[in-house]
Amino acid sequence: MPRMTLAELQSRTLGPSPTADRPKIKVGMSTCGLAAGADGVFDLLETEVKRRALDWHVSRTGCAGMCSMEPLVEVTLPGERAVMFGEVTAELASRLVAACADGTALPADHRVPGIAELARVAGEPVAAEGGPRQYRIVMRNCGVIDPEEIDEYLDRGGYQALAKVLASMSPEQVIEELKVSGLRGRGGAGFPAWLKWSLTRESPGEEHLIVCNGDEGDPGAYMDRSVLEGDPHAVLEGMILGGYVIGAKQGFFYIRAEYPLAIQRIEKAIRQAKASGLLGANILGSDFSFNVEVRLGAGAFVCGEETALIASLEGQRGTPRPRPPYPSVKGLWGQPTMINNVESLANLSQIITRGGKWFSTIGLGNSTGTKVFAVTGKVKHAGLVEIPMGMTLRQVVEGICGGTSSGGPIKAVQTGGPSGGLIPGRELDTPITYEHLQRLGSYMGSGGMIVMDETDDLVELSRFYLGFCVDESCGKCAPCRIGGTQMLRLLDRIASGKGREEDLATIRRLAHAMQKASLCGLGQGAPSPVLSALRYFEPEFRDRLTMGGD
Amino acid sequence: MLTMTDKIQATINGLPVEVRAGTTILDAARQVSVHIPTLCKHPDLDATAACGMCIVRVAGSSKMLRACCTPVEQEMEITTENPEIIQVRRTVIEMILSKHPNECLTCGRNQNCELQTLAADFGLREICLDSVVPDLSIDDTTKAVVLDPRKCITCGRCIQVCQQIQDVWALSFLQRGFDTRIAPAGDIHLADSPCVRCGQCSAHCPTGAIVEYDNTQEVWDNLLDPDTYCVAQLAPAVRVAIGEAFGFPIGTNLTGKTYAALRRMGFDAVFDTNFGADLTIMEEAHEFVERFTNAKSVLPLITTCCPSWVDFMEKFHDDMIPHFSSCKSPQAMVGALAKTYYAEKMGLDPAKVFVVSIMPCTAKKFEIIRSKSMRSSGFQDVDVSLTTRELARMIKQSGINFPAVKEEQPDHLLGAYTGAGTIFGTTGGVMEAALRTSYYLLTGANPPRIDFQATRGLNGVKEGSTVIDGHEVRFAVAHGLGNVETVLNRVRAARDAGEPPAYHFIEVMACPGGCVGGGGQPYGVTDGLRAKRAAGLYQDDQAGLWRCAHENPYVQKLYDDFLGEPLGEKSEQLLHTSYRSRPTYRR
Repeated sequence: MPRMTLAELQSRTLGPSPTADRPKIKVGMSTCGLAAGADGVFDLLETEVKRRALDWHVSRTGCAGMCSMEPLVEVTLPGERAVMFGEVTAELASRLVAACADGTALPADHRVPGIAELARVAGEPVAAEGGPRQYRIVMRNCGVIDPEEIDEYLDRGGYQALAKVLASMSPEQVIEELKVSGLRGRGGAGFPAWLKWSLTRESPGEEHLIVCNGDEGDPGAYMDRSVLEGDPHAVLEGMILGGYVIGAKQGFFYIRAEYPLAIQRIEKAIRQAKASGLLGANILGSDFSFNVEVRLGAGAFVCGEETALIASLEGQRGTPRPRPPYPSVKGLWGQPTMINNVESLANLSQIITRGGKWFSTIGLGNSTGTKVFAVTGKVKHAGLVEIPMGMTLRQVVEGICGGTSSGGPIKAVQTGGPSGGLIPGRELDTPITYEHLQRLGSYMGSGGMIVMDETDDLVELSRFYLGFCVDESCGKCAPCRIGGTQMLRLLDRIASGKGREEDLATIRRLAHAMQKASLCGLGQGAPSPVLSALRYFEPEFRDRLTMGGD
Repeated sequence: MLTMTDKIQATINGLPVEVRAGTTILDAARQVSVHIPTLCKHPDLDATAACGMCIVRVAGSSKMLRACCTPVEQEMEITTENPEIIQVRRTVIEMILSKHPNECLTCGRNQNCELQTLAADFGLREICLDSVVPDLSIDDTTKAVVLDPRKCITCGRCIQVCQQIQDVWALSFLQRGFDTRIAPAGDIHLADSPCVRCGQCSAHCPTGAIVEYDNTQEVWDNLLDPDTYCVAQLAPAVRVAIGEAFGFPIGTNLTGKTYAALRRMGFDAVFDTNFGADLTIMEEAHEFVERFTNAKSVLPLITTCCPSWVDFMEKFHDDMIPHFSSCKSPQAMVGALAKTYYAEKMGLDPAKVFVVSIMPCTAKKFEIIRSKSMRSSGFQDVDVSLTTRELARMIKQSGINFPAVKEEQPDHLLGAYTGAGTIFGTTGGVMEAALRTSYYLLTGANPPRIDFQATRGLNGVKEGSTVIDGHEVRFAVAHGLGNVETVLNRVRAARDAGEPPAYHFIEVMACPGGCVGGGGQPYGVTDGLRAKRAAGLYQDDQAGLWRCAHENPYVQKLYDDFLGEPLGEKSEQLLHTSYRSRPTYRR
């Protein structure tokens, strides 16, 4: 694609896609799909279509969210509504092609709800009856477009936010729009995005830098991976906007090396954007020049912490540094650096094109917009959901995800990953906001949500999460390095039935010291799962104390 | 935006405090005599925020903040002590102790350990946690410093000193989490690493994880042997630091008491390395004048008294070998002369002479065996090198009431010294001493002003020039190996550009402050302490009868009776050495 000018981009007509007149088959080919065998299904579909010499459009797409039903295949016949098939096998794929080719009815089996039935999509009319529960802003293109085709992103209004900003908005106006939107950092802590952008912009420095934190690492959480894989240009557009606002010439995607597909897709997106004049020197013919590069994380969870991430980017041992100075003042190579989470950046283009006010009407209180969760564990429909903030945990777990896989009651839901906590079944009517979750002893986190039923052992679960933090502790500060190990030993003792009454008090004392004296969020948050388990399920721990006793 | 000159008002435990913008809570607290404990923050180093001891409360925050790295903000209400804070600190100490061997009684830092002191202050009577001391082996391969990673609390001071201050990069953290430990990168032995044995790691370690290699037993064994003639020599910087182990004010010059103590311990003769320093200046100043007055010679001349610097140069800056003075260090010169000149004069069998040098330095333990030229007498010239810390222990073991000991004189043949020799112990001292004698050699008179202020003080790089006999002599003084490159790069730039040399004479000392801040000196070194020790040496210089090396009558006697002349055949054989390239990481 040749380099575009601003005018060309602005005048670009949006869909309908040119393929609307021929059957379109999309295969979910993000990591979740591929793990379930989507590449085999795709090859088969492509071969069949070729063999029959059909003028059909067979394409790859990202994760539509229903990961437990992968491989997902969506078939759209001209003039008809899309039909989604789940757990597609080779046999079903052959039948699909045959039905389309023969003009017979599509198979009735393996049908699963399509995106339109699951979610309202930002910028699109509410199609389905009954009111879908999800609201897709971040994931609006996931499972819809081919993430490796920039045209498909552009057809959905992609890079229009960049065009708008370059044509008519000053950096201050973008910050103001962000302020109106109320967007808070989606990495976990919920720091107001506009403030971070503004602070970085105002910090003096030779050079301002922007980093996208793609070092997602909470167990069971893969929202960022899916967004990077399913809609890389949306994240890239957010980066470019960020670069414009803070006055950066250079940005970095820091993505963990365990996400090869995300890396491959973001690298491709960067190449495409450069070729199209959306990235590089004089973007869209403006004075604004901006480049991005991809850097790989080497697998340390702590490198998701922003100062450890900076150390890692600099080629140092990935350990946190004391703050202040905050990265916004003194970050990468000592320069003012803005670090944003993948999901935060993916929201940007929509906030700019639809307005901060529009965004602020979604959500509840100070928690505006949507949040993507990776719902896993003992849940019927595991996968990604994007919900407006303020929706209750019950609506997510029972309403959207169908409750527990066993059909039994929900014992607890874990949010916030290894720094989060357990929320007992009786609190499921709590709305999902930063504040509500914190009040329950958990926190929003990056979006992991693990559902537990009555068969789950919460002592074991505590050990699992703490064990994760002990494994991932960088070892820099004493409270985390030693406290975690010692607490884990006590939990091991309790789990093995040799625990003593005073062990519970010692655990609480160690936990308090870790929370207060650890240097970074990893150590400060590591005791949370244990403490919340003790808070709501202490009897389970006590029951073990006397077991096998002596 | 606040600038450094803006004043900030806050309260600490209710006490009003006014500080400059950027001042940390830890420093502000000191200003109002509030002590906040820390195990990782050292005044020489940036805060790493590793230990978690210095946590405080700030009104309005639910967190506890680290005092070492949190700047005071306007109107901040800081609480440094309350039952909750104390409880957290106690728990953190308890955690650290659970991973620390319970070996205080046999530890090199017993009664002088920051962790031990803190544990005592907090009155821990029981560790409720299991002992989780890792099974790691001791690395004593350098025979200069001993690394015991079990005792490490992972504060990171040694690594910061080794990497940032000294630019050596021998030490690093290996592994992560609970298994994090200090070790040379690549998990090799310290002796195979770039380590230059400067011992600054041991001087900054809060515990016994890095200590000097202890040679005291070998010395006791020889003192016990009636057939061995034991001689001691005392380095310049030791005399103003040894007192710290006995409660003297910092910087007190205890030369005479130390001579006396050494004799009480059984040494047959007591020399002074300052004599060797005077001799070094005689040789080095002649070397300098020869190069300075010969248009074709290589300049600048670079001093070589510091063994860590020599080691560092051979490993990392071997292009500077032609610039190096061939002079041995003062201790090596005294060693060589003790087994030749002195033995001859006294009718001793040099095979029976046992030379012990008391040095502020751990690297001297390596220097005495660094090359064949360290056996110029036909025997190992210096048999054992002890640090100031080891000497203090030996004095205590001897039951000597050090403060009460009457001052004595050295054995003058190798013991008399001038002010020029004594200031070798501080950064800039060698340069100053060399300039005094060079001036004399070039003009036939002492300089009108004996003091060269430009060489003094604790700036990492000091530059200056002086005019001798109508010629400008440009000099530079660097201390702390991290500062060396600045100076050497100027030399290289001038050389590569074909310009006149950036300097004519360069002094380098590996340790910040020079030998007064040496890696073998009593613990607790800070710039304030370095300055006080240095002041002690400058007073010794001022008070002396002679202030220039060439005025030392015993040095003159040595040349007359034995050596002949500076740079003569015998001098070259006994007092000079050579260097070779020894890059650590070969391609």
